[in-house]
Amino acid sequence: MDKVGVGKRQKKRSSVVWPILILLTVLTAMFFFIKYIIKGKNVALLNPKGLIAQEQYNLLVFTVTVLLAAVIPTMIILYYTAWKYRESNSVTAALPEANKNKHIVAYMWAIPIVIMLVLANTMWPATHRLAPQRPINDSKPLTIQVVAMRWKWLFIYPDQKIATVNFVQIPINTPVKFEMTADEMPMSSFWIPNLGGQLYTMTGHVNRLNLMADTVGDYPGSTPEINGNGFAGMKFTARVSSDDDFDQWVKQVKSLPEILDSAKYEDILRPSEYNSAAFYSAYENNLYDKVVLKYTGSAEGHKHE
Amino acid sequence: MKEFLVGKLNWSDLPHDWVMFGGTATFILTFIVALVVLIRTNKLKWLWNEWLTSVDPKKIGIMYFISGGVMLLRGGLDVLLMWAQQALSSGDSRGFLTAEHYQEIFTAHGNIMVFFVAMAFIFGLINYIVPLQIGARDLASPFLNTLGFWLFIGGIVMVNMFFVFGGHYAATGWLAVAPLSGKEFSPGVGVDYWIWSLMISGIGTTLGAINFIMTILKMRAPGMKLLKMPLFTWGSLCSMIMAVTVFPLLTATLFLVYFDRVLGTHFFTTLGGGDPMMYTNLIWMWGHPEVYVLILPAFGVFSEVVSTFSRKPIASYKSAVAGMIGVSAFALSVWLHHFFTMGAGADVNAFFGIMTMVIAIPTSVLVFNWIATMYKGKIKFDTPMLWFMGFVAIFAIGGITGVMLAIPPIDFQLHNSLFLVAHFHSTVIGGVLFGIFCAISYWFPKFTGIRLNERIGKLAFWFWVIGFCLSFIPMYVLGFMGASRRLDHYDASTGWQPLFILMFIGGLVIAIGVAMQLAQILASFIQKNKLRDVTGGDPWNGRTLEWATSSPPQFYNFTVIPQVSSVDAYWEMKQQGIQKPVYEDIHMPKNTAVGIYISIYGTLASFAFVWEINWIIVVSIIGIIVTFIRRAFTEDSEYTITAAEVQKLEEKRIKKSLEDDKHKADDSEEEMGVIELVKFIINFVLNIIKNKSWRKW
Repeated sequence: MDKVGVGKRQKKRSSVVWPILILLTVLTAMFFFIKYIIKGKNVALLNPKGLIAQEQYNLLVFTVTVLLAAVIPTMIILYYTAWKYRESNSVTAALPEANKNKHIVAYMWAIPIVIMLVLANTMWPATHRLAPQRPINDSKPLTIQVVAMRWKWLFIYPDQKIATVNFVQIPINTPVKFEMTADEMPMSSFWIPNLGGQLYTMTGHVNRLNLMADTVGDYPGSTPEINGNGFAGMKFTARVSSDDDFDQWVKQVKSLPEILDSAKYEDILRPSEYNSAAFYSAYENNLYDKVVLKYTGSAEGHKHE
Repeated sequence: MKEFLVGKLNWSDLPHDWVMFGGTATFILTFIVALVVLIRTNKLKWLWNEWLTSVDPKKIGIMYFISGGVMLLRGGLDVLLMWAQQALSSGDSRGFLTAEHYQEIFTAHGNIMVFFVAMAFIFGLINYIVPLQIGARDLASPFLNTLGFWLFIGGIVMVNMFFVFGGHYAATGWLAVAPLSGKEFSPGVGVDYWIWSLMISGIGTTLGAINFIMTILKMRAPGMKLLKMPLFTWGSLCSMIMAVTVFPLLTATLFLVYFDRVLGTHFFTTLGGGDPMMYTNLIWMWGHPEVYVLILPAFGVFSEVVSTFSRKPIASYKSAVAGMIGVSAFALSVWLHHFFTMGAGADVNAFFGIMTMVIAIPTSVLVFNWIATMYKGKIKFDTPMLWFMGFVAIFAIGGITGVMLAIPPIDFQLHNSLFLVAHFHSTVIGGVLFGIFCAISYWFPKFTGIRLNERIGKLAFWFWVIGFCLSFIPMYVLGFMGASRRLDHYDASTGWQPLFILMFIGGLVIAIGVAMQLAQILASFIQKNKLRDVTGGDPWNGRTLEWATSSPPQFYNFTVIPQVSSVDAYWEMKQQGIQKPVYEDIHMPKNTAVGIYISIYGTLASFAFVWEINWIIVVSIIGIIVTFIRRAFTEDSEYTITAAEVQKLEEKRIKKSLEDDKHKADDSEEEMGVIELVKFIINFVLNIIKNKSWRKW
């Protein structure tokens, strides 16, 4: 009899051990595979290149740490409990009818409440500090007006009087204020993962996103909100350069022949997909205001403060 | 004239590219084959009388399961198409789908999985189990139940109708955000199909939810106070109250979109004073509670399973109930966290962020409660418990990522990225789908009187878990790399392709898991003599009332309505010894086809709304009203089974079950594995060919 019992137990155990071993092997193999794959690639969220992205990253690390500190022990306790009180474990033959420990309910509620208080305490000020509308510092930001169109991004530099499509250059360590709207375009989203992120663009509305870059380089910008056929191709490059290089670039663009007059604007407003970058040395007066005005009747737009 | 007769319908709208045509052919062929088989076997009448027109919640529950299962395969096929496209479409290659087609597929995938898979299974479970758990013979309104089910089927027909009648499905994402869903940006009929499919099934859901609330509140067995209800019933009650609260909002919003599209109103347009932000608010006010409508019954299932398999009552019943009520109450006040990025101020965002984090508290309480329930228990690890074990790990990942997304500054970076997609799949697959699988493996002996094959079931579980890791861990990583969701193409320089390929492989592994689940059910029926449940309806040593009936239960559920005095009512009954029943007269509702007629009119009207065929709209709406009024004046909707008849039925059942028990194979016969099943099928087919037995058909 005994022998049969032992044999059965061994057989039972192996039926769980093998799948768990396979799962662990798959996870380990995946870990190394993914590590190999992402080597040298831009893992944007772990690789912040600007003030806002850096703060968002810090907050992310803090949150994950707090949560893991709570969840990992919980998971270990759960699986350990399940393992320890399994039927085949003869040690736990007792079968109590009810829980005797009265405190357990208090713990149940107290632990998550404390964790959420810790997180909420950090989150409230962080949300205010990192509100996209909030200026980075007291110095005057570089203003860039952004218009989402089907399916491209138009950037207008009101101080430099130049305009670009699907390419935006900004100087390093300078606060930049993106004023965003859209024209003949469903709701879209403006995101430069390395610099910080994401705000919606809507016709007749002006959304403001303040960012500041701290490392020179080219960063991908994208449009994560679904907006039609050209959705996947609606990408742009954000180039961060030194102040001198930025001035140089502005001068260079200003010397180009092409200008964004109303005819040209109508032309690029037409839906088109996978557009490459374009540069205009000048644009029609009050172009951005006209775009907003088209939908609201007031140049102010619906401000999102 | 043509416009009067067929509205906007056109020959050129009929399916013509080959991927679509594959779907068209499959649908039509399946329908024809099913019809032919039914006619040849003379089962058509039986199907109509016994199943389609049935008002028995148990039969309606099974029909929900079958339609949900079919839709799971359809939605799963969508996933494989999407992931194959993403695995291929890097750099110069554009994959095999156009952007529009790809967008239609993910839209359909989202709608089908939420409305016609998750909702189907949850409604099926509530239909089958809740009346049994509360000791009721039927629902408060059996007619509303069949009507709700058939409207749900109408929704399924509408979501797949473009395969047959042409046009396209919506390419807007599963919530059809405005203004993208407006006429300006989506001129085709796709969004209209979307509107009317959700409209018709949404009305069905509302009716069903009202019915279940009435049933749970008014039809409990004597002695079952609210705080003595089983936890699955509690989860269902919370879920249905939420459904009643938010589904009318969906219906209203859909009407407004439709008015915008067809009548030229300006609720959500960009011009003319419309406000798309209003749409985003309205749809998420419904959309967020909707996912909790799905998860709460799943929480209930897990509570029951953990308690039963640990052979202990739930550690803190009141905390579990409070947790569920807490989740459903807070779920109504968090919708804005789906669009922190729309530009609201910091105060608004922070408020909704905190509300969202508050939901994590009752959810964690439930998890701790399950741990405390297992503590000092005696845990059996059958497949239902295995699904629970898988659920906890995956749901924990979903929970962590959910709290991350609840913090607005982090959300600005993660929103609309693949990280978000991976997050909600962790909660929906880990929570809802695993909950459904757990429930089905737990209650399958109740549905059929046969246990599910454990060997293949465990295999299926492991394929699901490993497949899930293979697909969704890369997806989280892709989110960190800045990959947004819904991309049909990306640059080769991003280095994303290997990760997308890994996701596709994971998808295939999950597909094997699904195939295993089908094999599991098949193998269980093949070996039904071995797997027969001889315990008289209580295979797991259950605690709640559904185990007090036979398996499958008689159509009147209980011969005698039990008297309840504690949460674990049946456990208590077993402790005290079950008494011999005293039979009494039973009133049961008659079957009715009115639900089917109304749903046919409703689906016709929906179809006509999509293609703007006004005469069909008028005719079908009149049809609905007339049918409904006629039904309202039908007084002959019930019949009585006398005590003597009940006794006869019971004796017949007991005799039959004793007879069946004699056929029970002895334990020496091993449970089938996959290899044995394949061998069996090959032999079966070979036998048919050898004996030429098709001639008999």
